[in-house]
Amino acid sequence: MLKARSACLVAALWLGGALLPGVAHADAFSGLSSARPDETAATVSALAGSGAPQAGAVLQALGERHLFTTPDGGLYIRHGEACIDARTGQPVAVVPDGLKPIRLNNRIRTALAGAQAEMGLIAPQADIRLKAADALYGRHDPAMLLALDHALSVEKDRTVRTRLMQARAATILAQPPGQGAQDARLEAVRSLAAAGGLEARGILAGVARSDAEALPVRHAAQAAVSSIDWHLRAWGVLQNAFYGLSYGSVLLLAATGLAITFGVMGVINMAHGEMMMIGAYVTWMVQQGIRATIPALEPVAILVAIPVAFAVCGALGVLIERGLIRFLYGRPLETLLATWGLSLILQQAVRSIFGPTNIAVQTPAWLSGSVAVGGMDITLNRLAILVFAGLVLGGLMLVLRRTPLGLQMRAVTQNRRMAALMGIRTPRVDALAFGLGAGLAGLAGVAVSQIDNVSPNLGQSYIIDSFMVVVFGGVGNLWGTLAAAMALGMGGKVLEPTIGAVSAKIAILVLVILYIQRHPRGMFPVRGRGVES
Amino acid sequence: MNPFSTHGTRSFRGVIWMAAAVVVAAGGLAMASLLPEGNPLHASAFVVSLAGKYLAYAMLALSVDLVWGFAGILTLGHAAFFALGGYAMGMYLMREIGARGVYGNASLPDFMIFLSWKSLPWYWWGSDHFAWAAFLVLAVPGVLAGVFGWLAFRSRVSGVYLSIITQALTYALMLAFFQNGLGFGGNNGLTDFKDILGADLHAPMTRAVLLVVTGVLLAASLLAARFVVGSRFGNLLVAVRDAENRTRFLGYRPDQVKLLVWVFSAMIAGLGGALYVTQVGIINPGEFAPANSIESVIWVAVGGRGTLCGAVLGAILVNLGKTLFTAWLPEFWLYGLGLLFICTTLFLPQGIMGLWRHVRKPAPEEVTPEVSDTQGDET
Amino acid sequence: MTDDLLLDVRDVSVTFDGFRAINNLSLSLRPGEMRAIVGPNGAGKTTMMDIITGKTRPDTGTVRFRDRDLTRLDEPSIARLGIGRKFQKPTVFEALSVSENLLLSLKGIRSPFAVLMARRSEREHERIAHLLQLTRLQAMADQPAGGMSHGQKQWLEIGMLMGQEPDLLLVDEPVAGMTDAETMATADLLREINRTRSVVVVEHDMDFVRALGVTVTVLHEGSVLAEGTLDEVSADPRVIEVYLGR
Repeated sequence: MLKARSACLVAALWLGGALLPGVAHADAFSGLSSARPDETAATVSALAGSGAPQAGAVLQALGERHLFTTPDGGLYIRHGEACIDARTGQPVAVVPDGLKPIRLNNRIRTALAGAQAEMGLIAPQADIRLKAADALYGRHDPAMLLALDHALSVEKDRTVRTRLMQARAATILAQPPGQGAQDARLEAVRSLAAAGGLEARGILAGVARSDAEALPVRHAAQAAVSSIDWHLRAWGVLQNAFYGLSYGSVLLLAATGLAITFGVMGVINMAHGEMMMIGAYVTWMVQQGIRATIPALEPVAILVAIPVAFAVCGALGVLIERGLIRFLYGRPLETLLATWGLSLILQQAVRSIFGPTNIAVQTPAWLSGSVAVGGMDITLNRLAILVFAGLVLGGLMLVLRRTPLGLQMRAVTQNRRMAALMGIRTPRVDALAFGLGAGLAGLAGVAVSQIDNVSPNLGQSYIIDSFMVVVFGGVGNLWGTLAAAMALGMGGKVLEPTIGAVSAKIAILVLVILYIQRHPRGMFPVRGRGVES
Repeated sequence: MNPFSTHGTRSFRGVIWMAAAVVVAAGGLAMASLLPEGNPLHASAFVVSLAGKYLAYAMLALSVDLVWGFAGILTLGHAAFFALGGYAMGMYLMREIGARGVYGNASLPDFMIFLSWKSLPWYWWGSDHFAWAAFLVLAVPGVLAGVFGWLAFRSRVSGVYLSIITQALTYALMLAFFQNGLGFGGNNGLTDFKDILGADLHAPMTRAVLLVVTGVLLAASLLAARFVVGSRFGNLLVAVRDAENRTRFLGYRPDQVKLLVWVFSAMIAGLGGALYVTQVGIINPGEFAPANSIESVIWVAVGGRGTLCGAVLGAILVNLGKTLFTAWLPEFWLYGLGLLFICTTLFLPQGIMGLWRHVRKPAPEEVTPEVSDTQGDET
Repeated sequence: MTDDLLLDVRDVSVTFDGFRAINNLSLSLRPGEMRAIVGPNGAGKTTMMDIITGKTRPDTGTVRFRDRDLTRLDEPSIARLGIGRKFQKPTVFEALSVSENLLLSLKGIRSPFAVLMARRSEREHERIAHLLQLTRLQAMADQPAGGMSHGQKQWLEIGMLMGQEPDLLLVDEPVAGMTDAETMATADLLREINRTRSVVVVEHDMDFVRALGVTVTVLHEGSVLAEGTLDEVSADPRVIEVYLGR
């Protein structure tokens, strides 16, 4: 119907243009320079099917606001000083006088999108055709039905074909049911049911509700809606599970360092969050440094930042242990206070140097964006953090199991006095364990810089959750830390959709508090006579 | 190992002096505030409310000292009890505004009308009665402390674990109170108070009386705390702190011992919070911030852990320092506070009171009025 | 049959992380008896004490004290039933004075509220004076316990045990680190105590065990290896094997 009307309009324009004296080049393009937006829109729609060789370039220029008109009806595409005649595609030497941009309004934009999709359907590249089919699927503009049918008749690519079928189905169902079209509509319902997604659900739900619809179609649509709902819910659960895993992996990174120092030295490092914060700032500095010196390496700056952050934070950790913690040996609660004081100083120092506002840590292109897996959206940076956390945990296990330092650290964790008697230099182990813990916090900082705001307060937002992981998981057992991090991460995200983010957080805190009361030594406690209660 | 072994017989005689000094100072300042403005001794409203704030904080410090200094429980969440007391009093002050709020509703506070609530939530019941508010000021922190402590001490959560979960407790409460749906004004908290018991909160006389009341209640808390720690129970508390297992094999239940002092301490903190809110004029979820609780621990550490006077002294000194510091060098306050934490733990484990005892050490303990009196009786 | 037993440990086992610390242990004690428990390191002596006093819960088996099942009770309840325990390392309340230590140990007031309101009674005064005399710590009465020597702390702890007025005393290595003279004095003290109370002593020192002159139970790998007089068990080839063979 709309198509018919716009066709009439175009015809009328043509006629008008031909009849009006003094207007040059009355052709498929001339309506574009009309002062009336609906004329321009109609011309845009008509252009797509016109087969005019310059149509694609002209429409693109229009969309990018590079299409200009002259008072005498000339059309030009102008990029800066370069100017070409839109009708011929030939460059013009002299920029004509009185160029005026062709303005866009919503109507024209809508027409433009439809026209570009229609043209995309016949593009030689399959991915452009797929995109065009996607666009049409979302529009279900009845005017496009003919174009869709035409495209389907020539399309060979299976993916594009399926999408075209779905676009066609959506378009058909969006129209009011007509006489004798029941089979076509049933077919369309089936096609949409297979497509799934919120879009299809919306259309199908509309069909199921519609009184004008034939009963079998309504039933089929209803069944399709339920099936889609089920799928959406299943994918929703998976999506939340992914978010949970992702948050759990951040917690894991943040908490392993804490767990190690707590396990070896019985000390809770309240400045651990600040170590993470410093790790994030180091990432930023490495990026800035590489950008200033070797811009070609910028995409891998984040990889360079990993060892640098580990080294910087690790060195800082050793320094803190030697300069502060060792004087408080045997007084774990006092250590808690002293490291809290240290965290205040570190925060304020970073605030003084870098300013109190967020800094922009770049996410390299290869970590941006997301991939769709079924109905799930996997963001690449979160996926990378998940993998990174796994690698860090694996590396840490190797260090603890296969290196002399790891052996010594495990010995000191289990029985400090005995370890000392066997000739292990416990002060050295303490310093290195603290350095290792701080270095791990630095690594966590690198990871967090990719998904969170980096400001001097960064550490504060992670520290309590990290504590929860450590006390939940128990001491001296990395598996415990892993299980606790994932349980807390998943728990929060599973509760989030039903009770909201803040309430989920509160609920998790309360649950951990209650859990600790039942299992005061965490999930994986060390039992035996040697353990003092 | 134990820094307090130097005073096996603990008499806390100084506490009485401290209590007296607090009352005298609060009374003096209150009177000074009532002098005409031209008078050189006149104390401004700002100074009076500042002093009231310090004394309220001193009660928080006292409550922290009771559990940390005497029962060995390093609480990182005591500000939660303080804030709960404050909210309980704030509810009453909110209702006292009556129809004088922006929306002029006699029974609903402004923020509830803003959220288009139709009636008061059930837990606001009775909040228009001062007596009920006063009861809640003690009961809410007491009950929360009771439940939390009963769970924690019974299952022998101790040391760093306990510290961390007290912090989680106050953090969870902070998140909860930030939510509008909880019915305590969300972000903004409770504020814009007008009257207390019909007296204008902004009148100099009311403020002076409030300051005196705060001073008297602080003194009373000090004496009550002295009674507790000076009794046989105080000995038991120290015994539990230093050798919990031993007390268990003697037939005591350390969990009950700790619970009793924990609840008592939470009530003092709640009372402090209630006095705080009347004089500062606002209570918001920021009071639950874990940082506040940890700061209150450092007041105690600076003053001297395990000495009741030290807690009061530390709270007043550190907050005075904070006021001055933030006025002169605002950026450097966090450096100062951070250094205070580090230096106190490293170099002054017994705080100012420890330093004081050290200076006075040459004077033998036996030469005290009480002892010479009894000797006099015998001869 | 079991009625005239004071303590009856039957078929008790306990496992720590796969390690069987106590393995089907059975042991019984008549009222008024003193028993010495010996055994190499890791034989389960201290764990056995932990089980009797409620610190460790056994996986299987029963522990009866008179007619009460101890496996269902916690440490304070067991202590209130009349079982006192002395640790290997002397544990006294170092920040409190000697007489305050003794006061807390005295049988009687245990609930926190009662302790809060308690004032030192005339009877308590007398009891403390008596205990000070018994432990020869009169001169130290008002000194903080933390400042005393190792031996004095041991004696103070024994004094506190006496203050509890228990029917059964469990004493873990009381003479570790003592001189010969102190060891013999401690043996005399334990024999003195045994006149009114039952005692279980865990000890390595064979001279001390000989001086006690009581029935000896030898533990090995969590179970009873032999029982009898010191001479009997020292002649037992299995005991010799355990002590000397490896």
